[in-house]
Amino acid sequence: MYYAMTEARHPAVKARGLHKRFVTAEGEVHAVNDVSFEVQAGDFVALHGPSGCGKSTLLLMTGALLSPGEGIIEIAGKNPYELNAEGRATFRAAHVGFVFQQFHLIPYLDVLDNVLVGDLVSQSVDDVSMRERAHDLLEKFNIGHRLHHVPSKLSIGEQQRVALARALLRAPELVLADEPTGNLDPENSEIILQHLADFADEGGAVIMVTHDDRARAAAKSSMHLDAGRLLESDQGESDKEEGDS
Amino acid sequence: MNLSRLVTREISHRKTNFFLTLAGVALAVTCVLATLAAMRSYDLNSDRIIAKMEADTQQEMKQLEDDIRKTMKGLGFNIYIFPKDQDMSEVYDQGYASKTMPEEYATTLANSKIVTVNHLLPSLTQKLEWPEKKRTVILIGVRGEVPLAHRDPKSPLIDPVKKGDLVLGYELHRSLDLKEGDELVFKGKKFKLGKAYPERGTKDDITMWMNLSECQELLGKQGQINAIQALECNCATLDRLGEIRAELMQILPDTQITETGSTALARAESRTKAKATAEKQIAAAKSHRTQSSAEREKFAGILLPIVLLFAMVWIAMLSLMNVRERVMEIGVLRAIGVGSKIILSAFLSRAVLAGLLGAIAGVTAFVITYPLLKERFFQGVAMGDVLAGSDWLVALVAAPVLAAVSAWLPSLMAAQKDPADVLRHD
Ligand SMILES: Nc1ncnc2c1ncn2[C@@H]1O[C@H](COP(=O)(O)OP(=O)(O)OP(=O)(O)O)[C@@H](O)[C@H]1O
Ligand SMILES: [Mg+2]
Repeated sequence: MYYAMTEARHPAVKARGLHKRFVTAEGEVHAVNDVSFEVQAGDFVALHGPSGCGKSTLLLMTGALLSPGEGIIEIAGKNPYELNAEGRATFRAAHVGFVFQQFHLIPYLDVLDNVLVGDLVSQSVDDVSMRERAHDLLEKFNIGHRLHHVPSKLSIGEQQRVALARALLRAPELVLADEPTGNLDPENSEIILQHLADFADEGGAVIMVTHDDRARAAAKSSMHLDAGRLLESDQGESDKEEGDS
Repeated sequence: MNLSRLVTREISHRKTNFFLTLAGVALAVTCVLATLAAMRSYDLNSDRIIAKMEADTQQEMKQLEDDIRKTMKGLGFNIYIFPKDQDMSEVYDQGYASKTMPEEYATTLANSKIVTVNHLLPSLTQKLEWPEKKRTVILIGVRGEVPLAHRDPKSPLIDPVKKGDLVLGYELHRSLDLKEGDELVFKGKKFKLGKAYPERGTKDDITMWMNLSECQELLGKQGQINAIQALECNCATLDRLGEIRAELMQILPDTQITETGSTALARAESRTKAKATAEKQIAAAKSHRTQSSAEREKFAGILLPIVLLFAMVWIAMLSLMNVRERVMEIGVLRAIGVGSKIILSAFLSRAVLAGLLGAIAGVTAFVITYPLLKERFFQGVAMGDVLAGSDWLVALVAAPVLAAVSAWLPSLMAAQKDPADVLRHD
């Protein structure tokens, strides 16, 4: 039964022997060095490690944005790097949500349009249903009353919640967050971490890069990266077994 | 969420960049329209001047030709062909030849290819007593002009006298108190007075004209004439008579010719020269127009590409600035799955919109300022005469196209931005 289930439901992310080297004027940087891991639906993983250890690089590779030099990565059972650039964009739209430290909201669009901007990809999708979903998410994130304000009119915490709503609009399997609380005060960090945890609880997978111990605590498991190598991974088998059984 | 919303929101957010792009297009469009209008107005104006010159000349020419025709008519026939053995001093003395030649000479001449003379009129002239009235008259038998075989028929200078008619000079009909239509008898033969001429003050006043064949019969000189009058063609050379003589001698070696009224003809000829001068002036004006039009075209051929190049560089630079300003936005959009084609269209449609609105602004500015600058720069030519509807249409189509072409490279750069490159600097 258990076997059948894992067969039917692929892990959200499955990475095997990932390497990424950058050739710079100063010499080669081995940013990611033989990294393998698996993230299941329902996981909320904190990725931590010193600055420059390759966290962002690993996250971009996991997000179908940066092809690994070596190794294989599968998201929802598919290797996005077998697709061309346009195919990968469509793939990302369908499967991956991104949250950034700087939020990166589009300054000239109001809150609602910022959430809906991910829908630019598919005109075929019923706009009304997307709008409804955007409304629901914003309502849930407690910014339903600011739908028609531009980002600059919002508080920092509100901006990150809009960014989170944008990431979740198309109900992706995987959310990748690079220091999502890096610019937030403790109170707003709390709110974002709670929403990410909720997303994982509802069956999504989250990988969150963070320096923040509190954020790390909010995650269910963590991966420690150092100089491009995965040192420890407390994606405890017990945790997973617990979640799956 | 649709593209046009994204584009319009962005434009209203970054008004300055968009406005500068639009203004660049507007300026270029106005420049191009003004250059075209100026060029065409110059051409139109010189065309008008030339047309006026031509009309004036034509008017003058008509006048001139009328004058020449009148001169010719006044001269009547100025070439006289006499029998070869005629003593000319006798002709000068009595006014006509006593020797005769066959009437067919006229026909021979008419059927030849002679070009130096026109309007052949055979006649038989003799001074004699009008026995019934006891007066001396000059009797001239005329038969009307012999049509030249190889020429278009011309209106005759002298109408033939109908058989049974007489035409009398002033002195004759006045002293005899005759009116047109009166019956009279000459040498026992009855005639009707066909025409009574007004006073001329020449020997015409004592001349009687009669149909040639009746005259020949009365004088017993059947088939004979003593002169063929002709009108010389408007030959260009000075030695007209020499030319005519040379030609005539080939056809009728048995004759000789004299000419009358050379001075009047010379005057007519000087007018012909005036016509040539006027035509030369028009030709000069035309060639000046062609030349200066070509010069202006050459100038525009340099100016217009420069204007277009500047406009395109301007648009490209502003597009590039826009792309650089939006690098992060592009990275995020690409990351969340927006296709590069959509990014490309977003930047291109922005440029197209700037091009279209710029063209409308440029056309509007031109239309508004044209009346103010019409006299100064556009030769006072009405706008509708220099720019047609198709010109406006071309401007409105070409400007957006050129704007898109100019923004193409920056837009392509935007579309091909690697989102990973952008986001890792987060
Ligand atoms: N495109 C690139 N070209 C060259 N070097 C790169 C490139 N991307 C990353 N690197 C290098 O790879 C290493 C890992 O970078 P990365 O951004 O992944 O680190 P990080 O763990 O996210 O650091 P931080 O915590 O400061 O964000 C760094 O030494 C960085 O300079
Ligand atoms: Mg980083």
